[in-house]
Amino acid sequence: MSKFRKVLALALFAGLAASPAIAKKVGLGREALPEEVAAWDTDVRPDGAGLPPGKGSVKEGEALFLEKCASCHGEFGEAVGRWPVLVGGQGTLKGESPEKTPGSYWPFASTTFDYIKRAMPYGNARSLSDDEVYAITAFLLQMNGIVKDDFVLSKENFTSVKMPNVGNFYDDDRETTEKAFWNKNPCMKDCKKEAKVTGHARVIDVTPEDGKGVKVE
Amino acid sequence: MSNHEKKGGQVPQPDLSRRRFLGAAGAGAAVAASGGVAFAQGKPDPLITEIQDWNRYLGDSVAAHPYGKPSKFEAHVVRRDVEWLTASRESSINFTPIHALDGIITPNGVCFERHHGGAPEIDPSKHRLMINGLVDKPLVFTMEDLKRFPGRTNKIFFLECAANGGMEWKGAQLNGCQFTHGMIHNVMYTGIPLKVLLDEAGVKTNGKWVMPEGADSAAMTRSIPIEKAMKDCMVVWAMNGEALRQEQGYPLRIVVPGWEGNMWVKWLRRLEVGDQPWHHREETSKYTDLLADGRARRFTWIMDAKSIVTNPSPQAPLKSKGPNVLSGLAWSGRGTITRVDVTIDGGKNWVAARLDGPVLPLSLTRFYADIEWDGREMLIQSRAMDDTGYLQPTKDELRKVRGVNSIYHNNGIQTWLVRANGETENVEIS
Repeated sequence: MSKFRKVLALALFAGLAASPAIAKKVGLGREALPEEVAAWDTDVRPDGAGLPPGKGSVKEGEALFLEKCASCHGEFGEAVGRWPVLVGGQGTLKGESPEKTPGSYWPFASTTFDYIKRAMPYGNARSLSDDEVYAITAFLLQMNGIVKDDFVLSKENFTSVKMPNVGNFYDDDRETTEKAFWNKNPCMKDCKKEAKVTGHARVIDVTPEDGKGVKVE
Repeated sequence: MSNHEKKGGQVPQPDLSRRRFLGAAGAGAAVAASGGVAFAQGKPDPLITEIQDWNRYLGDSVAAHPYGKPSKFEAHVVRRDVEWLTASRESSINFTPIHALDGIITPNGVCFERHHGGAPEIDPSKHRLMINGLVDKPLVFTMEDLKRFPGRTNKIFFLECAANGGMEWKGAQLNGCQFTHGMIHNVMYTGIPLKVLLDEAGVKTNGKWVMPEGADSAAMTRSIPIEKAMKDCMVVWAMNGEALRQEQGYPLRIVVPGWEGNMWVKWLRRLEVGDQPWHHREETSKYTDLLADGRARRFTWIMDAKSIVTNPSPQAPLKSKGPNVLSGLAWSGRGTITRVDVTIDGGKNWVAARLDGPVLPLSLTRFYADIEWDGREMLIQSRAMDDTGYLQPTKDELRKVRGVNSIYHNNGIQTWLVRANGETENVEIS
């Protein structure tokens, strides 16, 4: 064995031997600076973690909404065309056409704040100040009847806002409620008497009348 | 022979095709397989007797196509979208042409796309990945750093959008498996286990969730439990041997095997470790499953076992009587496909299809059934079973427990009506 090979073998061995126990650091990358973490870590949780300092009123939010949001979402959050509806929908979730808005469906106000801050306005993301995000969030809550007209939303009072539909979510339970789908011996022969066509896609084809199809979220 | 033992064997054709078809009056007179279109009875085929251009003149040079494309005769095999589905084509979806593909690997150029703010063009030298939150040391990596990590690995996984089939809850709607089932692709990823990066940063003992975040204008975020993150998630920069395509997250994405595609954040720029889920937009207002009682399931991450007959299908009708290959795909987010049954009589009788090619966990699996078709109407379905014993339900069974407003996770059995002329339609049956 050449000297080089011996060295290589030893290096490989050392690498392997060190791997189990406490993971040895590879040493790649560098420490993130606090300013860098602050620049990207803007996420907000339901418990208020991540909220920046700031505040905004319903009134300020209304002006901002008309200027920056209404062209897609409509002046009253009713939506233009197929853009998302932001207001109303209460009482529709059990019906034929559920309208899932922050007011009728979204479980946490923090989701609204977080999403506006990270991704809105569509096509000009991250252009709003924190106060503006507080204000627009406040206006959305007001339009949905969750806060009053004179409400001022702030980091301090944020977690006092309770969304009406928060109690109607529960964790995935398919493995218990859909237990019947586990069936190792399915029917193979004479499983049913007849199979009749009950519906055709032809009625609504891939090129239906404009705007008549269902929505993709 | 038990049902299970049939797996991997040939479909016993007399059960489903010949006996049924030939037993009917007039069926014996069924026209024989048609053969070549241009072939005139008894006359020599000019494609054989006459010298063709490609047989005489020189073809393209090696310099003609530095990056090769499919033949122009395959130009119809492309991703397609349905414009009216969404308000904007930058926050929209297109569909993999699964009716025109074979085997289990999806070619990179036709893997379906789903963006929430368009597909950004990112210079890899300007891309950074940050790990922060409940870690011993927040870190920043360049793409070069990531490619130097030990433990690089290659794995094949399917990626299915949770809304694949979402338009079909209330009844058959879109004519073509590209549209009903094409929000799926299956490629081999190259990268490193997410665990390697998390270990490098050192996850604190109260670190229970990991949140990947995208660098695009939607800055997609999802909450992933730490057990899953440590088990089999990957951070990848290549698919099918080449760099990720721009629309698939170039230069970096996260892979969350078996779980809904929305979690596989593209253009991955940050991983945050936390002690609670974040309940962000894509896991509250979207990607939660509204049930008939008005309540909604959340964190429905796993993709249930599912299958689809890709041929025949509305975009790929049957053209000839006689022998035909019924072909399809099956997959499960819980494990490995152990069996696929097919029926041509709308579920009265089933036979086991033949699984072919690699049968891998959390990957698309190809199945075939060699059938003899005499031109009578067929109602074709397939149903998949995985190694947990989960059997793909019918659409009605699914609707019974979930209602029709779930949007997501529609894995019900698909029916194709094949008419006497071979034309194939998306239908619902009793």
